[in-house]
Amino acid sequence: MDHFARLGLPAALDLEPASLDRAYFALQRQWHPDRFVAKPAAERARASAEAAALNDAYRTLKDPLSRAVYLAELKGVEMPGDGKTIDDPELLMEAMEAREELHDAGSTQAVDALAAKVRADMKASLSGLGSLFLAGDKPAIRKALLRLRYLDKFAEEARARRMNLERSTA
Amino acid sequence: MTLLEIHEPGETPLPHAGEGSLAVGIDLGTTNSVVAIAREGKPAALHDETGKAMVPSVVAYPSSGGVLVGDEARLLMPQEPRNVVASVKRLMGRGAADLHTVAGVLPYEIEPGSGETDMVKLRIAGKARSPVEISAEILKALRKRAEAALDKPVERAVITVPAYFDDAARTATRDAARVAGLEVLRLVNEPTAAALAYGLDKGSEGLYAVYDLGGGTFDFSLLRLEKGVFQVLATGGDTALGGDDFDRAIAERMLAERKKDGLDDQVDEAAVKAALALARHMKEQLSDRDQTSGRLELSGVPSFHALTRAEFEAMIASYVKRTVDIARHVLGDADMTAAEVQGVVLVGGSTRVPLVPAEVAKMLGKAPLTDIDPDEVVALGAALQAEALTGGGDTLLLDVTPLSLGLETMGGIVEKVVPRNTPIPVQLAQDFTTYQDGQTAMAIHVVQGEREMVADCRSLARFELLGIPPMTAGAARIRVSFAVDADGLLTVSAEERATGVQQRIEVKPSYGLSHDDMADMLYDSLENAEADMTARLLMEAKVEGRRNLLALDAALAKDGALLDVSERAELDGGRARLEAAMAGEDRDEINAAAEALETLSKPFAERRMDRGIREALSGKSVNELESRVGE
Repeated sequence: MDHFARLGLPAALDLEPASLDRAYFALQRQWHPDRFVAKPAAERARASAEAAALNDAYRTLKDPLSRAVYLAELKGVEMPGDGKTIDDPELLMEAMEAREELHDAGSTQAVDALAAKVRADMKASLSGLGSLFLAGDKPAIRKALLRLRYLDKFAEEARARRMNLERSTA
Repeated sequence: MTLLEIHEPGETPLPHAGEGSLAVGIDLGTTNSVVAIAREGKPAALHDETGKAMVPSVVAYPSSGGVLVGDEARLLMPQEPRNVVASVKRLMGRGAADLHTVAGVLPYEIEPGSGETDMVKLRIAGKARSPVEISAEILKALRKRAEAALDKPVERAVITVPAYFDDAARTATRDAARVAGLEVLRLVNEPTAAALAYGLDKGSEGLYAVYDLGGGTFDFSLLRLEKGVFQVLATGGDTALGGDDFDRAIAERMLAERKKDGLDDQVDEAAVKAALALARHMKEQLSDRDQTSGRLELSGVPSFHALTRAEFEAMIASYVKRTVDIARHVLGDADMTAAEVQGVVLVGGSTRVPLVPAEVAKMLGKAPLTDIDPDEVVALGAALQAEALTGGGDTLLLDVTPLSLGLETMGGIVEKVVPRNTPIPVQLAQDFTTYQDGQTAMAIHVVQGEREMVADCRSLARFELLGIPPMTAGAARIRVSFAVDADGLLTVSAEERATGVQQRIEVKPSYGLSHDDMADMLYDSLENAEADMTARLLMEAKVEGRRNLLALDAALAKDGALLDVSERAELDGGRARLEAAMAGEDRDEINAAAEALETLSKPFAERRMDRGIREALSGKSVNELESRVGE
């Protein structure tokens, strides 16, 4: 069963966070091991497996990027494993420049400005995915997702950099 | 007792329902522990005769024999410092290298040879004792307190642990409960328990933070509360940061002052313990005063030490700052800002140090909530969860893994399999392959922590997957699965996918206990538990006796007319004997009196049964009866 089906949701790129939460909470109410403390071992094991599968599904679908990657894989787009090197020279160049910019940002304000730019970029790219999925353009989907993955990592780095700056000035 | 009890169909009470063993909530703290019970959603801490809910987490093995826990143990500290252990929670699942010293001296005597590759053991009163069995003594004392307060056997508990406790420390806690004869219904994270107590009490909804600074551990958790759902979004902490560090800072300062005055040549374990005890007292005084002073006497030489609040705050500023840094990190992990946090709950005795709430308020831009006693709130939440687990409840706790779990790969690099803040229970797998042609075995090394290198993470377990069929390098597909259960405990299994060669282990933390250790401990505990056992049997006899008396009284009230005067007098006599026996401490007499009463009441029971059947049959036609039989 795929993650969408497990939560009783349509396999779609757009997902209301509130409806995902609702579906997840309702099913966890049914399957969480806390509900099975006094039940026989076999039932407990079953509940634990169900609850674990629900958690995996929820975790995957909650974040828009991991949801998009998951849906792409369902549709037959082959994605390289997370953390693999970038094979797109254009993206590689962009990444190197951005990293340099982050490195040079000396204040939390400067880091915030970069992070805001990345967030806006991610938002735009995510909403652009819809038409690519509609067209079924697998190479384009793959390229867009790889770039989004890189942007996500960059946002993470910006966060770490901000924390360091905050710590050194606090 | 053969008194016939007649119930409406469907209303027959379950055996032991409501009167069997109760489930309590236990906050097993570094400095103090609390046991609580919830009934119908109302939790209450259980107090001793003097009205105190907190039991100091101090255990003493007096030279005169036996074991003391709590205030009694603490009182023994001045006379027999070597036989008294405090803050043992800091040692749960730890090795010797994890321990903190004061002026270069440990406030514990370590059993030589322990703690290098296993959990550290202490040498107390001439015997090696593991933190697990010392913690078990605290749990036994809490259990006894609960049984005395509730007058019923207590065999099941929800026990809280710091959210940031690793697998080794969680396993050690579970083991301690087993040694104390308690079945652990669930290990619940302390901040989650606190949120449960708050949320249910206040009906709060939205994003809440729990800042929990105890004696030895710090946790910061972010939770979303929504219609009975308590969803932990992110958690972080430090299992070696707490009020003990504040005490240590003061103690170090006093010992340094004495050294400067040339008072002590050498500081030993007993001196450190005395300095720590005084330091704690001074710290507590500074919570509502601007300055304090103390008199420290070591080896008969007294010294006087003054401390202002400003000095104290300067000494602990770096610790408090560390908690604030961790809190910021957790907010970042959850992708939330301080402004989005609706309220922050303070938990743990160390939040009474005024600098702490001040810094928390500064970071989050709002005054913290303290309307539930920070010393009791965790136990209250645990009690609520114990009730929900045994009696059924509508609340749902969704917790997360505090630390990432992963495997060692080539070059000592960690490959994370379960990232931190993943909701539990969870099962995740990763595929690995062989790196040599014809390789038939693979070493699996499980680690926990956030760092990239194995050396910087905590090693949880090592095992080998054997019997991989020889293939070219990179051809085998080895799937390693990590399962974390709702208690936060890990099981790892490995499987070669092409051939199905499988190996499964319960992770035995490297700092955990071996099966032999555990067996010894259970045996010791049984051996020493004879007195406990006697007390327990006595209590059970009393509980059973009371049940019988209640049943008899109910029967007499309803069907007393079935007895003539002399029969009634005989029964009343038997009843009085049992009642008198129950007021005493002789279990054999209680059992004998109960048996005698049962014999006496037999004819009465038979007559009631006859009457019950007659009543059931009267006024019914044969057809009706037959159709009923057929049901």
